[in-house]
Amino acid sequence: MSLDYVKFTPGFGKFMPKEYRDMVEHGPFGKKTSVSQVGTFKEILEEHPMCAGCAMTLFIRLAIISFPNPEDTITVGTAGCGRLAISQAAIPFVYGNYGDQNGVASGLSRGLRLRFGDRPKDVVVMAGDGGTADIGFAQTLHSWFRKEKFTTIMLDNEVYGNTGGQESGMTNKNQVLKMAPLGKKFEKMDMLGMAKVAGCAYVATVVPNNPRRVESVIKKAVLIAREIGPTYIQAYTSCNIEYAIPTDKVMEDAKEVENDRYKFSEYITDEAKQYLGELYGYKEYLPKPAAAVAKS
Amino acid sequence: MSEAVEAEVKTNPQGDPVSSAPVAPPAASGRKDPHGDAKKQREVTADHMFFEAPREREFITGSEAAKEAVRRSNVDVAIAYPITPQSETMQLIGVLYGEGYVKEYYRGEEEYGVMSAIAGASRAGVRCFTATAGPGTLRGIEPIASWPGHRLPAVAMFTCRVVNAPLAIQPDNIEIAYLLNCGMIVFHAENQQDLFDYIMKGFIISEKNDVTLPVGVACDGFFVTHARGYCSMQDRSMKLPARDPYRGAVPVLDAENPPARLSRDAPVQKSNFMAYNIHGVWQQEVWAAVERSRKYIDYYMEGLVEAQNVEGADVLIIASGSAAAQSREAVRLCTEKGIQAGFIKIRSLRPFPTNELRQLCAKAKLIVIPEFNYVGWLAKDVATAIYGFSKAKVVAGPHVYGGMSMPVEMIVDEVECGLTGKKSHTVPESHIMGTVDPAAMAQFMKSI
Repeated sequence: MSLDYVKFTPGFGKFMPKEYRDMVEHGPFGKKTSVSQVGTFKEILEEHPMCAGCAMTLFIRLAIISFPNPEDTITVGTAGCGRLAISQAAIPFVYGNYGDQNGVASGLSRGLRLRFGDRPKDVVVMAGDGGTADIGFAQTLHSWFRKEKFTTIMLDNEVYGNTGGQESGMTNKNQVLKMAPLGKKFEKMDMLGMAKVAGCAYVATVVPNNPRRVESVIKKAVLIAREIGPTYIQAYTSCNIEYAIPTDKVMEDAKEVENDRYKFSEYITDEAKQYLGELYGYKEYLPKPAAAVAKS
Repeated sequence: MSEAVEAEVKTNPQGDPVSSAPVAPPAASGRKDPHGDAKKQREVTADHMFFEAPREREFITGSEAAKEAVRRSNVDVAIAYPITPQSETMQLIGVLYGEGYVKEYYRGEEEYGVMSAIAGASRAGVRCFTATAGPGTLRGIEPIASWPGHRLPAVAMFTCRVVNAPLAIQPDNIEIAYLLNCGMIVFHAENQQDLFDYIMKGFIISEKNDVTLPVGVACDGFFVTHARGYCSMQDRSMKLPARDPYRGAVPVLDAENPPARLSRDAPVQKSNFMAYNIHGVWQQEVWAAVERSRKYIDYYMEGLVEAQNVEGADVLIIASGSAAAQSREAVRLCTEKGIQAGFIKIRSLRPFPTNELRQLCAKAKLIVIPEFNYVGWLAKDVATAIYGFSKAKVVAGPHVYGGMSMPVEMIVDEVECGLTGKKSHTVPESHIMGTVDPAAMAQFMKSI
């Protein structure tokens, strides 16, 4: 961890912009912050150029607050709406080519492990449904099969939002969108199933209207990816523009979709449970005391 | 068996001990530590490696020469893909990984994935190597073309093969035409020795602070990769100094220092004046870095070109890669026939030896440029470089492609036709520049 680079060179502090001073003095680097403390610290991502009412932005903001070690976290993304916000965050972000994020993250994570050994350097991929399930599909699946140790987060708005509303592999069947004038002709891709088949140690679905749950899954996913293997989070982050969701109804929509087809789900391997229980104090994953086992 | 008792001290690329290193297997097992020799390798300076260390000559294939270069180059990460179509180079690098000479290695899903992962590893601050060929180069060209802009030092080897339909696996170096405009440094190896030297020197030049660019080392597939040639090599107990991740034009992405603006400012893509300006300036800087590499190529590689018998020669044969080997022989045959012929081999295609050629070609009457591709990318570059600096007639040919070999007599024929004005058998008139017919010249410029 190098907190030095977020500090001021002595004597220069007073000349720095207020935003920067706030980040150094009240930011989350080197502290344990949580979503329940929002408003009491300077967030890594605050300002962004996203559309009003964008659920994806809320999710990205919550996800970044939830990183267990933000000062040692590097995000990787690709073309799409998400990168416009992620690139505004005060942590390094790799924006390479179209759909290359899981390939880049494979090299990055292996290179950092060579240089820093056991010192955690968390690599987190955040890309859209098109970037993950369509153009970056091969690299995503292969990084999982190779058991690359980093987290993949799909920002699933079920549409190519940034390019103006075209069908993606994650669009629901029959949905009419650009490039699907007669409605999409095949089912939403089962990336969750594929993540499990490909060997992810942790797979979860989440919607952004439950901040504590977002925090919980992000923390688990990043921690498990450090030592155990690939982790995957699929987040419903609606596009209120392309799906014409009124700005004040975005959270209602998220709730409805959660109840309908995006129910919270969590899959975790026994190895990952044991690791979280033993190393990070997740009591629910520790073996039950002998007495409790006998009782049950 | 002395290797087995060596205490293992795993170090990071800076040479600091890494506490998490696995414990060495007990010496009592009596089994040889497979990493024993690699662990005993010692770092020497680049100058010692290239200019002072004694060398021994071996008769090896180009792929083996690449392997031996990587063995001595202190490579951290190598990423492989087997075919489309590949030489055996990357599987030999796998052997080095097994022996501990390369720290991290895997077989990627396909070239786009491999080239992306190289981009990730180079961003992490470690030394990276990969190799591909023909269609693989083009499959990976999107990430490859973005390496220079992201200022990612690495060495990639291109063992050139056919890329166009009908699908074939024969040697043909047309893929270099695509690499020339990426902003990366491109060397073209003539033989196994060049391949060995250019790869090792490529790492050092690639990582120079004022360069910080990827280096592509191209050679003609089969002719160099699969055939054997003599290669003089330093002892394998030595390796180049490790990459210093903090000696680069842009910061590495390790969360130890502030990231480069480029990494943070994806909105460079927004359509406004600042976006155009940032992107434009960045491209200028990439090509300025290519220019700055000239001094290192001069220092480590004895210049961007090799010139023989140029003084007083009426005819110059200019070539790169395998065509250079054929051209040397053609020069000998010309001399036997009493023709005063000189030879220029171009080692570095990017940066291009513009000033060198202007000087060397000033007095020539005829320049013949044989190539192993249809389009004649080298002739185009040479003609552009010397235009206005030489009155020589320039013959863009002979060309062979699709796996054909180039008989030396083809080159000699062009020299004789060029000198006598006799009609060439293989090079159309439109590919001969500096003739009296300006229309033919215009046709040539259009056709290449």
